[in-house]
Amino acid sequence: MSRIIVIALNTFKENLRDKILYNLVFFGLLLIGSSILLSTLTMGEQAKIIQDIGLASINLFGVIIAIFVGIGLVSKEIEKRTIYTILAKPVQRYQFLLGRYCGLALTLLVNTAIMVVGFFFILLVGKISLGSGLIKAISLIYIELLVIVAVAVMFSSFTTPTLSASFTLAICVIGHLTADLRVLGAKLQNELTKGILDGLYYMLPNLEYFNVKGPAVHGIVIAPLYVVSAIAYGVLYSAVILLISCVIFQRRDFK
Amino acid sequence: MTPIRTDGLTKEFRLGLGRQRVVALDRLNLEVHQGEIFGFLGHNGAGKTTTIKLLLGLLAPTAGQAWILDRPIEDVTIKQQVGFLPEAPYFYEYLTAEEFLTFYGQLFGLGGAPLTKKVEELLEMVALTDARRLQLRKFSKGMLQRIGLAQALINDPALVVLDEPMSGLDPIGRRDVRDIILGLKEEGKTVFFSTHILPDVEMICDRVGILVRGRLRAVGTVQDLVGTSGVASVEMVVAGLTDAGIQEAERQGGKVLRRGAQVLLRLDDPSRVDSLVELVLRSGGRLVSLVPHKRTLEDLFLEQVKAGL
Repeated sequence: MSRIIVIALNTFKENLRDKILYNLVFFGLLLIGSSILLSTLTMGEQAKIIQDIGLASINLFGVIIAIFVGIGLVSKEIEKRTIYTILAKPVQRYQFLLGRYCGLALTLLVNTAIMVVGFFFILLVGKISLGSGLIKAISLIYIELLVIVAVAVMFSSFTTPTLSASFTLAICVIGHLTADLRVLGAKLQNELTKGILDGLYYMLPNLEYFNVKGPAVHGIVIAPLYVVSAIAYGVLYSAVILLISCVIFQRRDFK
Repeated sequence: MTPIRTDGLTKEFRLGLGRQRVVALDRLNLEVHQGEIFGFLGHNGAGKTTTIKLLLGLLAPTAGQAWILDRPIEDVTIKQQVGFLPEAPYFYEYLTAEEFLTFYGQLFGLGGAPLTKKVEELLEMVALTDARRLQLRKFSKGMLQRIGLAQALINDPALVVLDEPMSGLDPIGRRDVRDIILGLKEEGKTVFFSTHILPDVEMICDRVGILVRGRLRAVGTVQDLVGTSGVASVEMVVAGLTDAGIQEAERQGGKVLRRGAQVLLRLDDPSRVDSLVELVLRSGGRLVSLVPHKRTLEDLFLEQVKAGL
């Protein structure tokens, strides 16, 4: 356990000293700040625009960081051969993988927190009250990020950064559209295609499950049970993906 | 305790679309003794790094077995007593020298005051105390190699495995690494290192193994392999030798190189030295110098490589 923490903290340190991350957080904050400007262009719905843009920025930049840091998490170590020295120490491969994952999860937590502080500041400036819906929406955004990082780590553990970026990005996009797979399947006559689409529906992460930004902004009540089940789904999905990653990684040769 | 033992250790790679089989290491049987410096020689692509990666569990063997400190290599806990420096190492460049060593120490479960003390000692040993707060990205190649050696020693290992520790270093850097390796032996540690820089090997290794195309061609002490008596050739410098004398010397099997008034005679068959000296004196020449050349490890290495290809 302690080795996972050591690797996680080192990963966190690595991320902190990466300038790209600061740029992304900066642009995230800039976008959140710009919502004030944009809201003045509209009539009436100002509060909604600010909340909408704020949540979307936190989500978007979180996903960008999750994908682009996540894909390098393992493959960059292999490419740079830094992994040789780590695995030559009394470290199990799964400890390395989980350590890297937890490190990025920590980085994302801090990043999200910074952007949330920026968001809340803008809300304060705009004299918009902070509803519990916003907190729920932000929590679920973070859970979505954890799922995406798990997927990125899985691809990263057996393929190159470029390929894992494409795959992870694809999963992210499809993950928001999985409900359509179901709808499409229901309309098809062919049982086989229908089966495949249904299989994909259950296999791919249902990222739309974590999206409660709309209801949060419009003040629609989000049931606590929904939030709990979404969190449970996200955690379970990530755990399974990480388990698969560990199995793949365990058998890998480092040429 | 046997630091390293392998039994028929074999690694095959499958390359390309045709999945063509390439044998990188072919049935390696090797035993490294306690407390010795073992030099693992081979040309580029001979299988040295593959062997080391197999020993450290970075690759899984296709066949055969290996033991480190009498325990099978699959057992991760043996690494508690092993130090490793990979070839042309890349490290976390965003860490400072101090943070870097601390991180590796923590992977061994070290911490607190003992770790701080150990880090200080190692920085001192590899002469990087002044650079302790410098990020590794600002390090020179020689400094990186030295900090790499330091990380390999953070756990006070019984066995130190170094992959090409001297490659890419200038003469001073090579001497530093050599001194560190000799220091490790004095502390009773076993050192296993791969290289193709032969003079270093002759200077510091107790025993060597020569690997050619994945096969171990020779193992033993440098003296055993090269031969103690083995004078391979003799070189004579002679002055005032007449043309007739030179021709006669060539007939006797000497190779002739004229250098102004002097002549260099090289004889590959040392047993004919006496008759050649006699010939030189008889034909009015004067012997300036006579140097016997011993067979070097390099000669042996080149012979083995030629025979193995």
